[in-house]
Amino acid sequence: MALPLRDLAPQEILLPVKPAFIIGTLLAAFFVNLLPWSGYVLWLRPDFVALVLLYWCIEQPRRVGFLAAWLLGLLMDVADGALFGQHALAYSILAYAGIVLHRRVRMFPLSLQVLQVIPLLLLNDLIVLLLRLGAGGDFPGMKYFLGAAIGGALWAPVSVLLKLPQHPTRESDV
Amino acid sequence: MEHTPPPFFKTGPSATARLLIFAVLSLALLITDARFKYLHTLREIASIIVYPLQRIAIAPAVIARRTAEFFVSNASLRQENARLAQESLANAALLLQLKSLQSENNHLRGLLGTRERVNNDVHAAEILYAARDPFSRKIVLDQGSQQDIKEGQPVIDERGVVGQVTRVYPWVSEVTLITDKNHLVPVLNPRNGLRAVLAGTGNDGTMELQFVPLNADFQTGDQLVTSGIDGVYPPGLPVAEIGNVERNAAYLFARIYCRPLGGVNANTQVLVVGAARPMPERPPEQAPAPVRPKKSRRGGGA
Repeated sequence: MALPLRDLAPQEILLPVKPAFIIGTLLAAFFVNLLPWSGYVLWLRPDFVALVLLYWCIEQPRRVGFLAAWLLGLLMDVADGALFGQHALAYSILAYAGIVLHRRVRMFPLSLQVLQVIPLLLLNDLIVLLLRLGAGGDFPGMKYFLGAAIGGALWAPVSVLLKLPQHPTRESDV
Repeated sequence: MEHTPPPFFKTGPSATARLLIFAVLSLALLITDARFKYLHTLREIASIIVYPLQRIAIAPAVIARRTAEFFVSNASLRQENARLAQESLANAALLLQLKSLQSENNHLRGLLGTRERVNNDVHAAEILYAARDPFSRKIVLDQGSQQDIKEGQPVIDERGVVGQVTRVYPWVSEVTLITDKNHLVPVLNPRNGLRAVLAGTGNDGTMELQFVPLNADFQTGDQLVTSGIDGVYPPGLPVAEIGNVERNAAYLFARIYCRPLGGVNANTQVLVVGAARPMPERPPEQAPAPVRPKKSRRGGGA
């Protein structure tokens, strides 16, 4: 198997992530989800928790995993007043997908990672949808899936943003 | 590329095993929550964790609203003041009438020996946020069991019924709006006294009268008020206005669409009406019919 040239190019060695930063970003995503979205914006809103969780599962599969996903899911269920466990299940499956696919996704440049991420976010939405339909809900229409597409579009900015603190500064080189 | 980690790295159970554990846990929670209502304490604990985040998250919106309120022009304040004074005058006349009617009603009820029906214990609550869940119509109020809110209390605004408290946490409570798909309000058409059941459709602006015969006298423009026979909503609160009546002989029932009168989506403040009225005890369940011995049933079938 021939290595692609890109891997041989000189690369920055990234600093290790601080656990506090991971927890902070996950809580921040949860917080953004809690903002008073309403009307059409609510349909366009991607699930930020799913997005950030997926990022960490792909970047740090050893550190972020099922427990974080499950607990965040429970909190999300309570905040939404939804059936207990639906987000917990969806996020657990999302974390599984992220952990299993993390090597593959990281091989691609950011622009192509989006194509890997959108189906995963769609899967997340689909699980919640199926559980709601099972509990007697109505199909809310195709616009329900818009959030996953927007989430995919936000993947690149989010990953650049979350990687910022890992870039070595000039001072740390000295 | 390797697919399994070398055995000398400790990695714990495999990802699939962990997924199974957490999936089973979530499914167990789901089923327990949907079928039995055992998870209230767990929900309360989680809601206490979420509460500060919720308050901070809506803070910008609250600050923006307060700032907007601060920069109101003098003219518009005067205008509003004049309008309110006028309204209060008009209401005062009605209130006087109401008082005399109430005393008369009490007197008549006393004569008839029936129970008191009207409950005036009301307190105001602020809407923290509307549902973020695209599947259900819910709002969250800033008062909970600490402020003596109880499950089942009706929520109204100045124009009509908004919904019903369905879940109470220590500091917040969830209100299911009357437009929610699973919500029913027993209503009455004051024009002719016909009773019906008004169901939400899951859409914001429409509700539907259910199981109304084709020839029932419901007309566009009729106002519907609560009938009070459910023991949840006090009688006589305006709920909805009939918008569109379809009578198609192919169906068993008429399709009657209504518009909710209360500002189901537009308010920032609502009123929670006092505790549910005491209802008479349910009649005891009828004793099950004596089970016939198997032998005789089989003999009858033969």
